[in-house]
Amino acid sequence: MQELIYYYFNWEVFWRYLPDMLGGFVVTVQMAAIIAVAGLWLGLLLAVVRTFRVRPVNWALMVFVDVFRAIPQLVIIVFMYFGLPYVGIRLSAFWAATLSLVFVLAAFAEENFWAGFTSVQRGQWEAARSTGLGFLDALRYVVLPQAIRLAIPPLTNRTIAITKGTSLASVIAVQEIINRASSAQAQAANPTPLMMGAVMYLIIFAPLVRLSRRIEKRYAVWSH
Amino acid sequence: MELIVESFFNLDTIREVYPLLLSGLWTTLLLVLACVPLGVLVGLTVAVLYTFRSRWLNVLLVLYVDFMRAFPPLVLLIVIFYGLPFLGLELREFPAAVLALTLNSSGYYGEIFRAGIESIPRGQSEAARSTGLSALQAMLWVVLPQAVRNVVPPLTTNTLEVIKITAVASAVALPELLRSARIAQGLVYNPTPLMMAALTYLVLLWPIVRIVSRFERQMMTPR
Repeated sequence: MQELIYYYFNWEVFWRYLPDMLGGFVVTVQMAAIIAVAGLWLGLLLAVVRTFRVRPVNWALMVFVDVFRAIPQLVIIVFMYFGLPYVGIRLSAFWAATLSLVFVLAAFAEENFWAGFTSVQRGQWEAARSTGLGFLDALRYVVLPQAIRLAIPPLTNRTIAITKGTSLASVIAVQEIINRASSAQAQAANPTPLMMGAVMYLIIFAPLVRLSRRIEKRYAVWSH
Repeated sequence: MELIVESFFNLDTIREVYPLLLSGLWTTLLLVLACVPLGVLVGLTVAVLYTFRSRWLNVLLVLYVDFMRAFPPLVLLIVIFYGLPFLGLELREFPAAVLALTLNSSGYYGEIFRAGIESIPRGQSEAARSTGLSALQAMLWVVLPQAVRNVVPPLTTNTLEVIKITAVASAVALPELLRSARIAQGLVYNPTPLMMAALTYLVLLWPIVRIVSRFERQMMTPR
């Protein structure tokens, strides 16, 4: 028992690495916030672009969406960071990881928003247009609110899952939570920083997971 | 254009490194074959235990599911691989990755199966019980087959995610597809191996992505 506390909940190690770990916490929260906001907006924007049904544009969109949904996030991050410099595109580790995940979330969000658009019945469009609303106004005031509502439950889960991917940035040495935790662990020869990192993830994500349960119950479109 | 072809689709490199990448792909497949069934099994157990409706057990189960959904898989893997040896529990890369991914995916699978079981009206299990089946038999032969059929779409989605997540095993130097590509890239000093790995994932997983997107669309259509 004493050994357990010495290794995993060591106060001395805890205080020594707390400032450093808090720095990692801030980086993780920053990345997660940028990814959630930019990814969802980009996804919505792409879905709206898709409603115009310009054939070549839609083909390009479908390729984008499928590529970013099929390739593992870590592969995309590694590719952006280690692959792109060979053709002269150099991104900092932070932006390589953040942009990768923004694109991944945008791809998933586009798909969900688009599914939302298509499931708003045609009659809604036609009724809106017949009251004299233009295409854009019908989209904005009639279709979008309903489509977004339909897309919310699948998207909350997806957003949480993808923002959790910020931990993958540690692989390209972004100094977020788990990257700092593993170097502190190696330095101190004590896994307390790993526990601190794990607890930090719980602090960020456990409330979000609970929230997503609530949202799922409220908008129970998913249920069968 | 030439630079792009030279860097990302270098034929000499492809010829040189494909055996390495094939062995990486094999390891990835082994990981998937180990993690998916284990994750499903643990998830199913969690969901069935949940139906016993014992209060304390259910609190524990919900905590388990929520914790596993809150931890990024890479964090679980690093805690298991670098943290557990201090307890004298040293796991090699492959079992550590299997354990981490199973823990992670069982949370999601558990939640999916629970929703499935809850979607079956109580009358089904009552009717089964009244024919003389035990509670376990009623669950296994009557409720679960219908429950699983109701949750095929989210199961597929989750399995796709589990397959993709095996790439995090590269972080503890398990030579799966991504790790092999990184090693190969180090040998040839060009990113063609990374492109090969990315394309391999794309080709293998694209059909599943299409299926998943069809499911999603069906599910969001209000009935």
